[in-house]
Amino acid sequence: MQVQEKIKHLWVAVLAALVIAGCSSTATEPVVEQQPATEVAEVVEVVEVIEETGPGFAADNTTPVDSSGNPISRTFYFDFDQAIVSPADFAALSTHAEILRANPNRSVVVAGHCDQRGTREYNLALGESRAKSISAILVANGVSARQIEEISYGEEELANPANNARAWAQNRRAVVSYR
Amino acid sequence: MQRLIVKALSPMLQHFAAGLLMLSLAASSWADLDTIIIDQGVDDPIRIAVVPFALSEDLDNADNLAKLIRFDLARSGQFDPVAPENMLSYPSTQDAVFFRDWRILQTAYLVIGQAQTNAVGQIEVSYQLFDVATQAQLQRVSFNIGREQWRDVGHKIADLVYTEVTGVRGAFSTKILYVLAQDIGTQSARYKLQIADVDGARARTLFDSSEPILSASWSPDGRRVAYVSFETGRPSIILQDIDGPNRERLTNFRGINGSPVFSPDGKQLAMVLSRSGDPEVFVMDLETRKLRRITRHPAIDTEPSWSPDGRYLVFTSDRGGKPQIYQLELATNFLERLTFVGDYNARARLLSDGRHLVFVHRRNGIFHIAWQDLLEDRLLVLTESSLDESPSLAPNGAMLIYATQDQDKGILAVVSVDGRVKYRLPSSAGDVREPAWSPFLPDVVPPQSG
Repeated sequence: MQVQEKIKHLWVAVLAALVIAGCSSTATEPVVEQQPATEVAEVVEVVEVIEETGPGFAADNTTPVDSSGNPISRTFYFDFDQAIVSPADFAALSTHAEILRANPNRSVVVAGHCDQRGTREYNLALGESRAKSISAILVANGVSARQIEEISYGEEELANPANNARAWAQNRRAVVSYR
Repeated sequence: MQRLIVKALSPMLQHFAAGLLMLSLAASSWADLDTIIIDQGVDDPIRIAVVPFALSEDLDNADNLAKLIRFDLARSGQFDPVAPENMLSYPSTQDAVFFRDWRILQTAYLVIGQAQTNAVGQIEVSYQLFDVATQAQLQRVSFNIGREQWRDVGHKIADLVYTEVTGVRGAFSTKILYVLAQDIGTQSARYKLQIADVDGARARTLFDSSEPILSASWSPDGRRVAYVSFETGRPSIILQDIDGPNRERLTNFRGINGSPVFSPDGKQLAMVLSRSGDPEVFVMDLETRKLRRITRHPAIDTEPSWSPDGRYLVFTSDRGGKPQIYQLELATNFLERLTFVGDYNARARLLSDGRHLVFVHRRNGIFHIAWQDLLEDRLLVLTESSLDESPSLAPNGAMLIYATQDQDKGILAVVSVDGRVKYRLPSSAGDVREPAWSPFLPDVVPPQSG
């Protein structure tokens, strides 16, 4: 019974992870991928092994998870021409900081992005400001600056190429990726 | 080919009419930009007749040559070429010209010409330009060209005719650089730095990458290009020959390496680096490779551009809270804010008179290309589309090319600096963006006699 509960719980977690993966983008793989169902089944099996000690990584060793094994948000959104982190994101960032403090040999790339509006080079600068805003919070939470690299892609790697308010909001983001 | 110029009607009708008048001249190979769509010209364009050139029997390109010249002149928006099927006669020598034929057609200027193969296998092309009202010959020029140089000589003739009639140097022989982005958002995304004739023809790839390319900038001699490439996964500034073998990574600092722009004398490169913590404008001496920091402000400072005399840099900064254009005198560090209308003004370029500025301007939430007279503080919005960016001036200062969106696709478009003439250069090969208009380039087909 308890095992069944656990699996149900994990399904939700895995689905959430897929949704997050679908919405986010990393330096090398800006692609929204359809995951085949078989892989989902595999992930469920491995995630089962995680012990409830503290935040860390899923079995793939790159997906950051909280102490319950739930993946934590890696994508943080911004307002137009702004690089101010929303207070709603502080909790997730503090969990990232906890993971990085506990794993000093691991590092993150914080990729800053902008929507299509405005000029490309200004957006390159703005994307960097966004990445730096995220990394400043990580450093304030005790992470060593050496564990963080900021890269700005400006408006060059869009999460959603459409030209409407919803797509623009999805593009104004910073993404934390572990390596 | 009737009148090429579509006057400004209602925007929808104008769009429709322009679609009907797509010209098929430029489309010759897959990589080229597509047919040019002329949206708008001046109210009273100059009537000119370019008669199909007579050619010796071994040649078969003479009509295309006249067509190319007509198309160049029409694209300027200032000329209304007579369609060949409406001509009453087809003279190729002065003896055969009956000026009455051209007065009836209300033609102000007449171009006739011929081409034949000479003893050493070159093609000898010659033309004459007449003022129909006075019957005076204004120009008589000949060229010796290779068989692959029809386009070169056509653009050159259009340049000389345009210069004679308008008093402004023609820029049809210039080139454009731009970025062609294909399959974006997929694993097979490609970014190609392209060079093409200014009408989009004869496109070829200078650099091809799976990572983004942006901010291409010509050296003033037209021999080199500086641009930003993400080929290492991070932005770096690349310096590359247009026609030679040299390609060099100039900067690869931590953070931003962006906005390279050659100084007017070609000896320095302005750029943006964030290695000191935030984006600042630097100038690199291209001989010694020494960097000099120009701006010192914790806000964003980016998109530098030189005044024509090299004494000033204009750049974008959000030090006032919103992006605006500033100008810095390099010798004195005297700083002046140039733009005050609107809450987003960026990526400025100064015209060669040093008095007028073109830049990206947001009005009612929409991004346009705007023009500003710095002495009279007059601002004119030149474009009506949205997401317009990257304005780049023609070397004669008459027009500028910019990037915009058409049905969610990146296209290039051209507008005259008075906003009266407009045409578009779409591409079926992918999204096209980041255009850079070349300086005047050395003659590839020098005139033999003037």
